[in-house]
Amino acid sequence: MTDMTLSGIRTIDLGTEAAKARVKARYRAESRFRFYGLAAIGITAIFLVVVLTDIIVKGLPAFTQNVLQLRVNIAASEIDPKGTRNPADIRAGDFQALVRDALRAEFPDAKDRASRRQLDNILSSGASDYLRERVVSDPSLIGQTITVPVLISSDSDLYFKGVGTNVIQTPGRGTATPSATSGDVEIKSTSNDFANALASVKQTLTTQARNEAREAERLQGFALRAETRKKELETELAAAKSANNAARVAVLEPQLAAATDQATSLSGRVKELRDDVAALEQRYKNPTASEPITDHMPSLLIALNGGVVKVTEVTDHSVKGETLIALTSDNPAAPGAWQIVNYQTPEGSRRLNDRVVTWLNNLKDKGLIQSQFNWRFFSSGDSREPELAGIRGALVGSALTLFVTLVLCLPLGVAGAIYLEEFAPKNWWTEIIEVNINNLAAVPSIVFGLLGLAVFLNFFGLPRSAPVVGGLVLALLVLPTIIIASRAALKAVPPSIKEAALGVGASHQQAIFHHVLPLAMPGIMTGTIIGMAHALGETAPLLMIGMVAFIVETPTAITDASTVLPVQIFLWSDLPEIGFQARTAAAIMVLLAFLFVMNGTAIILRRRFERRW
Amino acid sequence: MDAMVKPAVNPAVADAAKQLPKVVARNVNVYYGEKHALKDVNVDIPERSVMAFIGPSGCGKSTFLRCINRMNDTIPVARVTGKIEIDNLDIYDKSLDVVQLRARVGMVFQKPNPFPKSIYENVAYGPRIHGMARSRADLDEIVTSSLKRAGLFEEVKDRLSDPGTGLSGGQQQRLCIARAIAVGPEVILMDEPCSALDPIATARIEELIDELRQNFTIIIVTHSMQQAARVSQRTAFFHLGTLVEEGPTETVFTTPHDRRTQDYITGRFG
Repeated sequence: MTDMTLSGIRTIDLGTEAAKARVKARYRAESRFRFYGLAAIGITAIFLVVVLTDIIVKGLPAFTQNVLQLRVNIAASEIDPKGTRNPADIRAGDFQALVRDALRAEFPDAKDRASRRQLDNILSSGASDYLRERVVSDPSLIGQTITVPVLISSDSDLYFKGVGTNVIQTPGRGTATPSATSGDVEIKSTSNDFANALASVKQTLTTQARNEAREAERLQGFALRAETRKKELETELAAAKSANNAARVAVLEPQLAAATDQATSLSGRVKELRDDVAALEQRYKNPTASEPITDHMPSLLIALNGGVVKVTEVTDHSVKGETLIALTSDNPAAPGAWQIVNYQTPEGSRRLNDRVVTWLNNLKDKGLIQSQFNWRFFSSGDSREPELAGIRGALVGSALTLFVTLVLCLPLGVAGAIYLEEFAPKNWWTEIIEVNINNLAAVPSIVFGLLGLAVFLNFFGLPRSAPVVGGLVLALLVLPTIIIASRAALKAVPPSIKEAALGVGASHQQAIFHHVLPLAMPGIMTGTIIGMAHALGETAPLLMIGMVAFIVETPTAITDASTVLPVQIFLWSDLPEIGFQARTAAAIMVLLAFLFVMNGTAIILRRRFERRW
Repeated sequence: MDAMVKPAVNPAVADAAKQLPKVVARNVNVYYGEKHALKDVNVDIPERSVMAFIGPSGCGKSTFLRCINRMNDTIPVARVTGKIEIDNLDIYDKSLDVVQLRARVGMVFQKPNPFPKSIYENVAYGPRIHGMARSRADLDEIVTSSLKRAGLFEEVKDRLSDPGTGLSGGQQQRLCIARAIAVGPEVILMDEPCSALDPIATARIEELIDELRQNFTIIIVTHSMQQAARVSQRTAFFHLGTLVEEGPTETVFTTPHDRRTQDYITGRFG
């Protein structure tokens, strides 16, 4: 050892170029890494913000609902014709008819069947629910006329929330004179009030003409090709005939007939289109000629003398149309006293036609439409009608399911964790159990659903769609999480605490239950809450055990059929009605709120009771 | 060899040896799995005195200490053979309840480890689980007298409900001593009780040990030879799992019989 020669002690020369370059490279690497980190966090934050904003913007409208304040005459003849005032009889009364009559009274000129049906469609099928409850609880109202809030259909509700069409009103500049008060009406203005409307109609004519011309061009190509083919076949046929090839002639003749047909029909269609284009151009070139308004164009309406006229034909100074709401008189209306109304979305591309939109605007102008907080969303179960659908059933179902999960999971999970961590002998057998618990936490949740289907439903015969089965399945899902979290919490308690307890003569069990477990409790609670939050958001396994059914009733027991919040969201997201889109987003917001609260509780628990050694 | 090391007692100094031995160990072997950690230890520990175990790290002194209240039972791979008797009672007897043994043999650990509870609860826990107090006042009396014996009462009497973990290191260690003596043990095992403390706190603990000697049999493991010399009446030197030499502290430190003891005491290895 001693005779080994040691080389001189090496030092770092900080002055060299290489050393400086190394320092620079290190700084570069560090700033690069910081940039990557910031970029990752930034991108994540942007995604989160976009998702949350999207959900909130889509969901917020579902938290308000527009109701119609209607004066309803509670006619005894409809509700209680026998005069018994028996609540059961009253409940069976046709309140919907009362509400319908009250709405018809607002629009007396909607007399024909079609317009009455349209008027009825403004109302929700649950429009009379509130009225019925009120009258059942207070039969003295029968025979009176009261103002009650009435639920309107989802489409009408959405119209007031801005889904439907923009409405633009411009006051008329000239004096408008209607020719009649109802039916088909012609309105003449002393000014060129309708020039803009006419111009925009003409503008759409050019667009139409351009599209048709393009189509004609395209078809012309096919027509030419068909013509060429026809000529070829003709020469071939002539050749075959001169060669007396009868078989060939028999093949070619039907082919020639078909080609001729095709060429004729194509060139006919091309000619039609070209004529049409020419006609359109003609109409466009004549800026004062009258034009019809179709449902592919924005609707034009005239509001005057308390009525509304839907325009079907327009010129500079006059319009022709049908009355949607009858005029009070055919007196001329002064400039500014009448309005030109434009529904910008063409009638053909929205769910409510001009008549219904006009009625709704009329109701709004009368101050009968009120926007309220949508309590029904929290107080009613699922429904096929968006305006009637709520999340109460799903919320209660979720609560019952989670209750079952918690009752099973917490004692089992904590007991299992304590046994494995503190009492179990360390051998290959406990080793296998440990590995399996850890693996179980990574099993896809749908597998637990299949297990639940096979074991709980098919073998044990438990009820389908019931929170008890959902709770059992979710308990299986959450158990590994709770065991792992509880074991980690128990392991984190320093052994000196247990030794101290053993040192004063506490038994092993006393040491654990008096000292270790209380110190591990915050960690166990945190793990449990996070596990429960996981269970709350779980969908797939519950689909397997039938919790995906359409259930209107709010469950009252753990064996009742029910659904849960995430499954409700899944169900609604599948429905085509626009009204359900907002409800889906709103239900997601409620679910997220619950998850935030649960995770927040977990964080607070951890902060409050966290102990450092 | 151990038999040779044992007596050769100087009657002038060995007043302690005349007393009845409280703890008697015969042929104690400890295995941690394959490792033979303690080899054939024989020692008599006299009553109401302080016995110090010294020796380099890993020599088995702590292992032996933990045999005396069967704390090694908590280590799954540890195996103890031989015989340890306290008052002629074999503590490794199958019929003996280990929990009762630990109530009779208290322990103070290297790092102060008060329960994360109030000072009062720290001391009251042992008496409570053993049903020592008949009433609340009784329990108060036990707590107060234990804290007084541990020399901590004056410092904490106004804040008994404060958490024990809020005390200083030395106070925490005295709290742990109070907790140990609250269950009325006969033997107190101290595993390097001052290694985590500053010199002033150490001095207080040493004074305390000297006082407690009147009532308890104390066995202390220490790395500080000065501490062993200051507080103990008898000293045992362990090396590589064997008990090399045991005798009155003065003898061991001034005229050791074994070369290894001498080397360790004079700082040749350790």
